[in-house]
Amino acid sequence: MAETRDGKKEDADYKRLQSFPLIRHTDMAEEMRVETMELCVTACEKFASNNENAAKMIKESMDKKFGSSWHVVIGEGFGFEVTHEVKNLLYMFFGGSLAVCVWKCS
Amino acid sequence: MSVPHKVGTVKSKQAFQATNVNTQPKAPVAKVVKAAGKKKDEEEATDTVEGEEWMPGKTLVKPSDQLDLTEEELNEEITRVLTANNPNAPQNVVRYGFKEGCYKPIIFVDQMAIHFELEGNLVHKESDEGRRLMAKQAERDSGKGAEKLDNVAKAGDKERKLTNQFNFNERASQTLNNPPRDISCQTEPPPRANFSATANQWEIYDFYVEELKRREKSKEKQEGQVLNKEEDKSKKKMIQAETQSDDITQLAHAAKIIERMVNQNIFDEVAQDFMYFEDAADEFRGEKGTLLPLWKLQYDKAKGLSVTALCWNPKYSDLFAVGLGSYEFTQEERGMLLFYTLKNSSYPEFIFNTTSGVMCVDIHAQLSYLVAVGLHDGCVAVYNLKKKSDQPIYNSTASSGKHRGAVMQVKWQKDDLDSNHNFISVSTDGRVVSWTLVKHELVFTDIIKLPATDKVPDDLKDVIATAGTSLDFHKQKDYHFLVATEAGKIHKGSKYYSSKFLETYDAHFMTVSRVRWNPFHPNVFISCGWDWMVKIWDQTIKSPIFTFELKTSVTDVAWAPYSSTIFAAITNDGKVHVFDLSINKYEALCQQKVVSKKTRLLHIEFNPVNPIIIVGDDRGHVISLKLSPNLRKKPKEKKGQELPKGPEVEIAKMEQLLSSLR
Repeated sequence: MAETRDGKKEDADYKRLQSFPLIRHTDMAEEMRVETMELCVTACEKFASNNENAAKMIKESMDKKFGSSWHVVIGEGFGFEVTHEVKNLLYMFFGGSLAVCVWKCS
Repeated sequence: MSVPHKVGTVKSKQAFQATNVNTQPKAPVAKVVKAAGKKKDEEEATDTVEGEEWMPGKTLVKPSDQLDLTEEELNEEITRVLTANNPNAPQNVVRYGFKEGCYKPIIFVDQMAIHFELEGNLVHKESDEGRRLMAKQAERDSGKGAEKLDNVAKAGDKERKLTNQFNFNERASQTLNNPPRDISCQTEPPPRANFSATANQWEIYDFYVEELKRREKSKEKQEGQVLNKEEDKSKKKMIQAETQSDDITQLAHAAKIIERMVNQNIFDEVAQDFMYFEDAADEFRGEKGTLLPLWKLQYDKAKGLSVTALCWNPKYSDLFAVGLGSYEFTQEERGMLLFYTLKNSSYPEFIFNTTSGVMCVDIHAQLSYLVAVGLHDGCVAVYNLKKKSDQPIYNSTASSGKHRGAVMQVKWQKDDLDSNHNFISVSTDGRVVSWTLVKHELVFTDIIKLPATDKVPDDLKDVIATAGTSLDFHKQKDYHFLVATEAGKIHKGSKYYSSKFLETYDAHFMTVSRVRWNPFHPNVFISCGWDWMVKIWDQTIKSPIFTFELKTSVTDVAWAPYSSTIFAAITNDGKVHVFDLSINKYEALCQQKVVSKKTRLLHIEFNPVNPIIIVGDDRGHVISLKLSPNLRKKPKEKKGQELPKGPEVEIAKMEQLLSSLR
């Protein structure tokens, strides 16, 4: 029991080590990608407890910066299939357990 | 109206004071009342009328200035006429007549007398001015009225506007306007793509783990590149600014420095001695000197191997190479190439394991990271110290012409015309071969073959080779070299002559273990052999200039780099002999045993910069010794003469001495 607990603790530590933002899939241009990633990280950190608000912040900023209309999904467990405009999709992980998907489709 | 005057009565005498009218017959009388007389006349008229009624008893008063007239004259009737003539009008106007050229009287004189004039502002309606005024009036009236009145007035104005019909022309026209048309278009929408994925905890975790692995791999690659730079001859204490590499690699550099510091602390006395100790007792010893042992360097894994080669690094004066191998043919085949630094005497800096025993080592004069090694099995190899790997960068193989016997000596040469590095080796198979480093391989060229000894029968001379044991190149004319053989001969050859030697000297009775040119004098070289002898030669003379006998076989001899007359020799009994010909021609200044019994000294080298020597023995140990001041005496400076020439003069003197002795 103690061993498994230790194991879990190690895993948790491991996850903490892995809390850096990591892009899983994207076809955005370099600048756009960097900006979007930073925006997502900021939003998720700001609204750590409320995914909806974080998503709202991201969506509104993206609309302003890159035009309408953007869609944002933040969560820990979901599957999705979306149609997006080419070069306007970002799918990234953050915080070891959070997944963020941002795409544009008007 | 004319008031007829009555004939002047007495009454009227009062009024006639100032009048001339009475006396004059034609006194014009005007109706107008301007003249004072006339007024008086009217008053007089009324007065007389009134006077006539109530004046009965009036007495006649005669004024003083009244005319005295007679009765007759008084009764005379004078007619008075009232005309419309202006009494003030001039009666005798005269005008100049140009025609006649004289003044002419004008008869008709204007009789009108204007009593009052007033200019009026009434204008006749029908006159021009009147019409104009009427128009203006109308304008003014309309300006105050309503718009309709305005329009009317304007219309009225326009009608009345005076335009210059001759200079002013108004013209307007309208171009053709194309009729409007509607056109619409739809651009292609930006391309779309589908994307699907699942976001689960385990997917996220897996991806992170993969990413970490990837990052570690890339870090290792970077580390490799970083370490290469760091191991560039380790003396450079530059701290690399690579922050990407792991902490461990950075620790290595720090650890190295700490190790050095610890060693320095442990061997502090030795280090102090090395730097500063000068044996004061030398003053009392006369000519003799001593050798002060400093560090003893050894490596565990080198046990059982003998030191077969020593070479100082030309660039870093505390780094030297030790070749470890075996002179015994029966012993196991393995060898090592170690690099020690005096700063860290407990562990070698670089360790290379070789497949067979190392027999000789040479470090390139300019590129101090290139090391040529000759092996016991006849291979030659070149190591690059900058590279991390354990393997040589070049290795000769059987196909590329490796020696058939142990390689006894290698020496680097100057880069050839194609700027390829090259070195020369001599081995026990009797061949002197030049190796060129061309890209990735060694290319060999035979320079010369050592001639067979006399003892060998003629028909076998080509087959049985004479083993070469030592090789040295002239300091100035580097195409001249000396080769020493097992047979005791020394051959002087040239790189450009491949068939014959220039000279042969019968040096020793047994194997010549070492031959070396004098670093200063161009003609002098030294040789030592197993026949207990050390001989100094002049290359022009067939017999040696000096001969020393050292009681046991001499394994190595070396010139001192700072003086042309000092050399050191080591013997099998563990002694180091130091000679200075300028001080004592017959005896060694120092004969000192530096190792314990049964250990043979095999190699000796002078440090090019510091006054120390290193000696290698057959146990794989290297001992460093410091020369005492007596052994380091430089020839007395003669003003105006350079050092190399100083000893040369000495030697010439000695030669004269010798020849005088002969």
